[in-house]
Amino acid sequence: MTSQVIFEPSAAEVERAHIRTAKRRRSVLVSLASTVAFAVVVGFSLVSTPGWDRVAHSFFDLETGLKAWPRVIEGLLLNLRVLVFATIGVLFFGMLLAIMRTLRNPVFFPLRVFARGYVDFFRGLPLIIVLYLVGFGIPGLRLEWLGRVPAEVLGTVALILTYSAYVAEVFRAGIESIHPSQRLAARSLGLSYSQTMRLVVLPQAVRRVAPPLMNDFVSLQKDVGLISILGAVDAVRGAQIEVAKFANFTPYVVAGLLFVLLAVPSIRFADHISSKYAKREQAGSAL
Amino acid sequence: MSNLNSDALRPTEPIDWNNPRLRVAGLRKHYDQKVVLGGVDLEIYPGQIVALIGSSGSGKSTMLRCINLIEEISDGQIWLEGNDISLASIDQDAVRREIGMVFQSYNLFAHLSILDNITLALRHVQGKSKAEAEQIALGWLERIGLADKAGSYPDKLSGGQQQRTAIIRAVALNPKVLLLDEVTSALDPELVGEVLELIRDLKATGTTIIMATHELSFARDVADWVVFLDKGVVAEEGEAAEFFANPKQERTREFLTRLQR
Repeated sequence: MTSQVIFEPSAAEVERAHIRTAKRRRSVLVSLASTVAFAVVVGFSLVSTPGWDRVAHSFFDLETGLKAWPRVIEGLLLNLRVLVFATIGVLFFGMLLAIMRTLRNPVFFPLRVFARGYVDFFRGLPLIIVLYLVGFGIPGLRLEWLGRVPAEVLGTVALILTYSAYVAEVFRAGIESIHPSQRLAARSLGLSYSQTMRLVVLPQAVRRVAPPLMNDFVSLQKDVGLISILGAVDAVRGAQIEVAKFANFTPYVVAGLLFVLLAVPSIRFADHISSKYAKREQAGSAL
Repeated sequence: MSNLNSDALRPTEPIDWNNPRLRVAGLRKHYDQKVVLGGVDLEIYPGQIVALIGSSGSGKSTMLRCINLIEEISDGQIWLEGNDISLASIDQDAVRREIGMVFQSYNLFAHLSILDNITLALRHVQGKSKAEAEQIALGWLERIGLADKAGSYPDKLSGGQQQRTAIIRAVALNPKVLLLDEVTSALDPELVGEVLELIRDLKATGTTIIMATHELSFARDVADWVVFLDKGVVAEEGEAAEFFANPKQERTREFLTRLQR
């Protein structure tokens, strides 16, 4: 928040402002110095290890990195496509599962039980096993009408299956965090159960769970790299091929850095949203 | 602050004493073994204000919640304009569309602006167009002097402003009966006045109101009929002036002196 000068500050305030500025300058200098010192210590202890030269050559070889670059980048585009479809699928099915779990009409009892069992099952099952089961199990069924499904599609399905369970729990927590008085007010205005859900509860719930939701999507973003185990030529698989070609691990490092670069904006965005909400919840607190 | 056009909706016909707007007979509400309402009768006629008074836990709020079908009743019957709304087969959403309710804690929708709070049910329950709903809402906001807050969110308003918004959110739907559940109890003393003034103005426009309240002097001023609930039963009732001037029951006198001290 910016404060406008609408009055002439007193001498005491001017002095306080000076001291505050000096304090701020000092803390910047201290953090700068400590960062440099820390980097020097870490760098030196790494470089001084006996095997450093060989590690530097086989993991950080610029030439190999440049040669591997095109294939890794091409693979990353596949990861991005998978990410887009997986995100849409996860949002849709996660919300569906969350709503299913909150239905109260006895007609929906089987749906409620299914949603609950689904969430328990897929939250417990390691993603890599889901990938194997979907990736090798579905083609193994030899369904004529299905034809040959590409590995990246099967990988996307597996990601959606697992992440929907996580995201459903986040949505459900959001729905349950909305105070009952909001539903009460909506129902007393004559809104039906589903209108109350759609117009009053869900909009507030989604806003409230935006920060933890972003966390799950940052996590999904790196887990798209796991589709490589099904044989899809994504960034990780592409890097693996290059590693085999040059007998050098640098392509993995390249792929890893690309994933980090991809994640940074999302992580920053998630932090930004979290702090925005935190600020709103504890307005006025300076501590 | 507000100058309602008092003759706009004022009923011109005399009250038809054979046709109450709302009638409650033998209303009971139990939670397991605990009796909250032990058989209550009540009648309210178009344009009247009935005040429910009584100490905390006497069943005032429960009574209002039962009338709005938010609470399932344990026994008794409720008629709205002669139709039994306590039937098991009744469409409860349809009944709630006809009955407005305002709560102690305002319960405005936090994610919607003041204007959208009011238009929500006009649009999605009454099926009015956005433009029409906004016109109605702005008209009401104008009348209570909050037109400049139409775009603000509830957390930017004072308690009194929020509660007045909550009241017109219910009134804008033109309910057959408006239930006010201790609408001033959560307010700072200096904000109580503006809410009471709005209720006074609503009476002038002919709104039929049942209000649970602790504001005894206000009840004496605006209510047509006062019902004193004690331990879930009507201990005494009567016309407001007479009720406060000459309470007949010992426990009524006790209650009144306790509150007025």
